[in-house]
Amino acid sequence: MSMQNNYAFPDPNGRYGQFGGRYVPETLMSALLQLEQDYLRLRADASFQTELAYYLKQYAGRPTPLYFAERLTEYLGGPKIYLKREDLNHTGAHKINNAIGQGLLALRTGKRRIIAETGAGQHGVASATIAARFGLECTVFMGEEDMRRQALNVFRMRMLGAEVVPAMSGTRTLKDATNEAIRHWVSHVDDTHYVIGSVVGPHPYPQIVRDFQRVIGDETKEQILEQEGRLPDTVVACVGGGSNAMGMFFPFVEDTQVQLIGTEAAGHGIHTEHHAASINKGRPGVLHGAKTMLLQDEYGQVTPAHSISAGLDYPGIGPEHAHFAQSGRAVYVPVTDEEALAAFYLLSKLEGIIPALESAHAIAYVVREAQRMQKDDIVVICLSGRGDKDVEQVAQMEGGLANGANS
Amino acid sequence: MERIRDAFAALGSNKALIPFIVAGDPDYDQSFAIARAILASGADMLEIGFPYSDPLADGPVIQAAALRSLNRGCQLPDCFRLVRDLRSETNKPLIAFTYVNPLMQYGATRFFAELAQAGGDGVIVPDVPLEEAPELARVAADQGIAWIPLVAPTSGEERIQAIAQQARGFVYCVSSLGVTGERSSISTQVESLVQAVKRHTSLPACVGFGVSTPDHVREIAGYADGVIVGSAYVRRIGDAASGDGDAVEMVTRFTESLKDACRA
Ligand SMILES: Cc1ncc(COP(=O)(O)O)c(C=O)c1O
Repeated sequence: MSMQNNYAFPDPNGRYGQFGGRYVPETLMSALLQLEQDYLRLRADASFQTELAYYLKQYAGRPTPLYFAERLTEYLGGPKIYLKREDLNHTGAHKINNAIGQGLLALRTGKRRIIAETGAGQHGVASATIAARFGLECTVFMGEEDMRRQALNVFRMRMLGAEVVPAMSGTRTLKDATNEAIRHWVSHVDDTHYVIGSVVGPHPYPQIVRDFQRVIGDETKEQILEQEGRLPDTVVACVGGGSNAMGMFFPFVEDTQVQLIGTEAAGHGIHTEHHAASINKGRPGVLHGAKTMLLQDEYGQVTPAHSISAGLDYPGIGPEHAHFAQSGRAVYVPVTDEEALAAFYLLSKLEGIIPALESAHAIAYVVREAQRMQKDDIVVICLSGRGDKDVEQVAQMEGGLANGANS
Repeated sequence: MERIRDAFAALGSNKALIPFIVAGDPDYDQSFAIARAILASGADMLEIGFPYSDPLADGPVIQAAALRSLNRGCQLPDCFRLVRDLRSETNKPLIAFTYVNPLMQYGATRFFAELAQAGGDGVIVPDVPLEEAPELARVAADQGIAWIPLVAPTSGEERIQAIAQQARGFVYCVSSLGVTGERSSISTQVESLVQAVKRHTSLPACVGFGVSTPDHVREIAGYADGVIVGSAYVRRIGDAASGDGDAVEMVTRFTESLKDACRA
């Protein structure tokens, strides 16, 4: 069969093919090695898994529904479209799955303090939420530009008791927030757990986050078999760092008949300089401790990303996605700001579900491609989060809240 | 590589003073003038930071310097040029400090070959730990560039041993947890880190990160073979760039005071 059978990444060096690894200051190495050991031990620990399952169910509200989007399906006249409703999680996005897992990891390893980076603020909110619930101290790093774009989430984090620190360097977005979080961690590595919010960063983070997010795909598989009696033909997810996508994809890796589609933010278009399409327009490089696909200039300076959605506004991507792209197991397609915004409205009007702008990129792909798919095809879209956080930003683009939404 | 060995040998019982500046900060000509002044006023070697967009081992002072440099258009070829221009005037070791991504993009072999050709002697790559280093260290060695690794207070004996074995030139002992930046005091634990390194190699052990004053230097000179002083220089250069004093004069006076503290 295919090379994807018996998929066994990461390898013992934390590599996914040529990608991944641990490109961090020596100061962090002992902590990463310890984290790997602790994590592998806890992963095999039944009481840890029981506790994790408890919080996912009773606190986050899992399992999330796999919802047949009947009106969207009708409207597009193509394949049957299902939405995996990660927007219905507590705090409104898939980010809580990972935050619960890593929060428990922090507790079990005796760390009293967590730090996190955030782009759209969803991971910051999830981390602040878990810190409140588990009685941990929490500091969230957020680019100053994103604090402006996602002011509501900043307020939420502070309400939950977290400290929000503006990242003032570079482009003042997710990339820089992550730099600041890593710098802070280097100084506080003895008492602080760094809750990375996506399948990025040095090994073992991409693996840890994947494992905590795979519940998305595991549930989807069970639900689609129950509702349709077979696996989907295509699953689609948006890719910032790639955690909702990896959570959805991973359980299907060896089911090679299932096509895996990641949507990258194409911003103003991948032929402009304003996009975040690291697979389509990047080259292999190192960002935030991992070798991956990266937007950069000829001398290896990281170039700023752009997306309408703060959560996708990132010049890199998780190393396992870079590996999937290289091996061909998943395909990564660009989706523009404009397409995403149109899908944002479309889903709101047809299904009464306001998606996150990030998730709207996945929907937009299906809108664009529906005509090319078969009527009896089954497509699952990961609806990674709800759009409440984006309403104000979209309203501003439409001329302010007072103007109403008429498009 | 020989230049580094010879420089330490020539010190006698004095300790090596290794200042750090960022190439192209605040612009090419000034960074050249500053580097010359530092070398002329008593530095034993010079560490040259290659500016990078995402310097995650650096604190705000060196981040700002990298930005000043990049905004003036300083790129890798300019960094090599700085090494070449300095080499035409000095026989002291010149050590490149670069993040791994620019090195990888340029191609490791090409990078180290050009560095060697320009007259560089060693390289420090702060985001390449022991596990990721073997291939790069080998390519560097093939081109005659010393691979100078870092050990940290968190490293532990086993890693220190492995890192010491990987090292060429000297071993860089990180004084404290954290990124580069001035500190008010130097942790007393650095001495045991230096001693641990010395149990595993006969190479010199130098201390950097946070070393800011002649008093710090005097203290470290008591147990280490050299000191690296970065942010304290770069802050002065930044101050001068924003109109507060003359950079060449400031780094000259500062170097003289540090050099004095390096004497046995
Ligand atoms: C709703 C939502 N979807 C997707 C993302 C992108 O992250 P990832 O690619 O890790 O899923 C974010 C990040 O903030 C988000 O809030």
